[in-house]
Amino acid sequence: MEHMSRGTILERLAVLADAAKYDASCASSGTAKRNSKDSGGKGMGSTEGMGICHAYAPDGRCISLLKILLTNHCIFDCHYCVNRASSNVARARFTPQEVVDLTLSFYRRNYIEGLFLSSGIVKSSNHTMEQLVEVARILREEHDFRGYIHLKTIPDADPELVHQAGLYADRVSINVELPTEAGLARLAPDKNTGRIEGAMSEVKEHIAQSRDETKRFRNAPRFAPAGQSTQMIVGADAASDADIVGKASRLYDGYRLRRVYYSAFSPIPDASAVLPLKRPPLMREHRLYQSDWLMRFYDYSAAEVMQATGDDGMLPLDIDPKLAWALKFRDRFPVDVNRGGREALLRVPGLGVRAVNQLIAARRQRSLRLEDVGKLTVSIAKVRPFIVTADWRPTLLTDRADLRTLLAPKEEQLELFAA
Amino acid sequence: MITPLPVDAAAAFYVVHLPEPDDFAFWRATARTLVQCAVPPDRIAWVEPGGTGDLFAEGQRQLPEPPGDAPQVRASKPFIQAAETAICHSDSARFALLYRLLWRHQTNSRVLEDRTDTDVRRLDELARTVRRDKHKMRAFVRFRAVEDADGEERFVAWFEPEHHILRSNAAFFVNRFTNMRWAILTPRGSLHWDGAVLAEGPPAQRSDAPDGDPTEDLWRRYYASTFNPARLKIGAMLKEMPRKYWKNMPETALILELVAGAQAREAAMVEAGTLEFDERPQTLSAIDQAIHACRKCPIGELDNQAVMGEGPQDAALMIVGEQPGDQEDQQGRPFVGPAGQVLDVHLQQAGIDRAATYVTNAVKHFKFVNRGKRRLHQTPTAKEIDICRWWIEGERQIVQPKLILAMGASAARGMLGKTVSVSKARGMPHQLDDGSELWITAHPSYLLRLDGAARAEQERLFQADLVAVARRVAELIG
Repeated sequence: MEHMSRGTILERLAVLADAAKYDASCASSGTAKRNSKDSGGKGMGSTEGMGICHAYAPDGRCISLLKILLTNHCIFDCHYCVNRASSNVARARFTPQEVVDLTLSFYRRNYIEGLFLSSGIVKSSNHTMEQLVEVARILREEHDFRGYIHLKTIPDADPELVHQAGLYADRVSINVELPTEAGLARLAPDKNTGRIEGAMSEVKEHIAQSRDETKRFRNAPRFAPAGQSTQMIVGADAASDADIVGKASRLYDGYRLRRVYYSAFSPIPDASAVLPLKRPPLMREHRLYQSDWLMRFYDYSAAEVMQATGDDGMLPLDIDPKLAWALKFRDRFPVDVNRGGREALLRVPGLGVRAVNQLIAARRQRSLRLEDVGKLTVSIAKVRPFIVTADWRPTLLTDRADLRTLLAPKEEQLELFAA
Repeated sequence: MITPLPVDAAAAFYVVHLPEPDDFAFWRATARTLVQCAVPPDRIAWVEPGGTGDLFAEGQRQLPEPPGDAPQVRASKPFIQAAETAICHSDSARFALLYRLLWRHQTNSRVLEDRTDTDVRRLDELARTVRRDKHKMRAFVRFRAVEDADGEERFVAWFEPEHHILRSNAAFFVNRFTNMRWAILTPRGSLHWDGAVLAEGPPAQRSDAPDGDPTEDLWRRYYASTFNPARLKIGAMLKEMPRKYWKNMPETALILELVAGAQAREAAMVEAGTLEFDERPQTLSAIDQAIHACRKCPIGELDNQAVMGEGPQDAALMIVGEQPGDQEDQQGRPFVGPAGQVLDVHLQQAGIDRAATYVTNAVKHFKFVNRGKRRLHQTPTAKEIDICRWWIEGERQIVQPKLILAMGASAARGMLGKTVSVSKARGMPHQLDDGSELWITAHPSYLLRLDGAARAEQERLFQADLVAVARRVAELIG
């Protein structure tokens, strides 16, 4: 095993960024608004309501935060993880001060919105958590850093340390990792569903308590104002999409999570021999995100999303879950865009939240025609079979057996660099 | 209602010269006057600095006076907000569009609510484009540190916005970088912040900005390392970071190289992670033959021979060690060296007949390094043990022991697929997937490395484990 604990900052940054990249989250949005002008010019940084992606990597992912591990040494041996104890990857560590310096020098050059810090577990969970909290403390207290901080909480860390983390951080998260308990037991033998969800539950209580105090005392300390999130790995165990959707829904309801991230298991260097390395299609991850949106913004219940899955519990890959649901429940369509309720319009494939709001505003003025709807949507062909307008009614179309084939998008070859 | 003006004022053609391309206050005041004077949209030409003014040299430059009883000009808050944003667009028709909408708004106050209206959609589009351009500027400006003559650090960026967004974006940078001294230079003008006062400067050139910063090496390394080559999604990247921004972002120089190497890197990871075994042999002698040819991990490449398990095919007890040692490798039989002798003594004391037991190892080849004339034992890695599970599982399927005794952490991993602590796991049964029972104890070579009281204590524990196993096997056989 190659040890780089004393390598240059550049070398260690390469190792510790590489080790952190399998965590999908990079969000910097939804936190309290702050700026450094109000601090009398002594503080550093600001947060807007909306996060900023300062760059995009060729994997299409947003780079908003400096996302690194404090160390990738780890005493845990989770099979899906590149940093597991038995993995033969290069190891490195930063001191808290080095992470602080790196964060500030990137921040000053406008490369990032802030820091997303996680760590392999060294010595003990508490020791590791203390180090993470120390980084956030130096940033907030010694540099009056007002940018975004996301801290991972370490499984089994002392609740008091998690509480401190939340007082410094905008967001805290702990990963449930696998959708089923059996999957976790097999692939993450050192982790435990009950303890992970116990930690989430504590964070939920802290957040609720802080909200309540902030209402009564304006200057009460905020606890993780951007809430908590988690991540599930997709395709490393046998869990179906229905299992994953069900788990996500329970997490949203049970712990008031801001986000559940889905990360399609992808090949890693020195993969564990225990793991069958048949990678899931990236499209599966995409369909799960779409179903997540249906639950969060389109008023679908988890049970309804599950209705869109096939007999094997999987969402179709060739069409999106909203269309899949509509094709299964054709008696709910067509919806009259001039009369239908908001909930009914939100179920129409091809109509987004924005288009629905605009249709509702526009129809107060006059009766809408197909052409009007066309102006507000990307593809009228996709919407047409499911709506009625002043001049359009989809006779027979909703009953056609080959509707799915008609609406499924054609395979598209990605054009390299057609900018 | 709009009160008609005297004929000459309404019929005239007006040319309005804006002092700045993004001067919303001026546009608003002028537009209010023109609406009050009932000047229809097609009687006005709006000209921005550097715009095409000559074409309209014939028009009136003097604005008319609104009549004393001119009605209030009405404008909704959403319209003002959208207009204030849209005016920063570089489309020269924006002033006329805004005026046309303001004009229509006087007779139909709900005009903006109809998103299917061509003018409303255009306003929407302009405002959205400007908001996006502003957002992208906040995202993609890259400061470079320079040292001033007085030794103080200053940060300078060169940026090329597509629209007139510099001024309206200034507050963002002031609020964020209050405690720094910085400048943002653009072809349309510049901003300078000294820690207390914001100053506007003239248009600049790229050569006015510093051409590098050592921290960019760190940033580029971060960019390359955070990229996952197994998830190439070029379209998604281009959609959010179009090429027009690339030239002023240091990290983008790496993109072509990262994309080009991605598939090879992914293929290498997949290949390294793929273990393709042929169909598993169904007899012990066939496994014996196959392990001699096995090169699935580097241990098989060493100068050694594979050592097969030994014992009756219907044994109720299977004992698993770590790997063959020097003696075992030379003789081609398991547990015949010093550790094997320790094992034999304790088996006898516990009343276990080795001849009735199937004895084997988690790893089939001897892993060692040469030290002079000696071959020094090396512990196999977790990965090597995991790969070799293929063979031990084959032996288990054929022998189907009622109980397996794993000696040492490596053997335990070979059975469980995870690393456990021997001291915590010993002395109790563990359930295996096939229903058989696993017991864990120390490896006899561990005893050989101890002396005195420590050795006596470990010998006692080892013996106790064997006695417990012997009793349990007897129970299981019934």
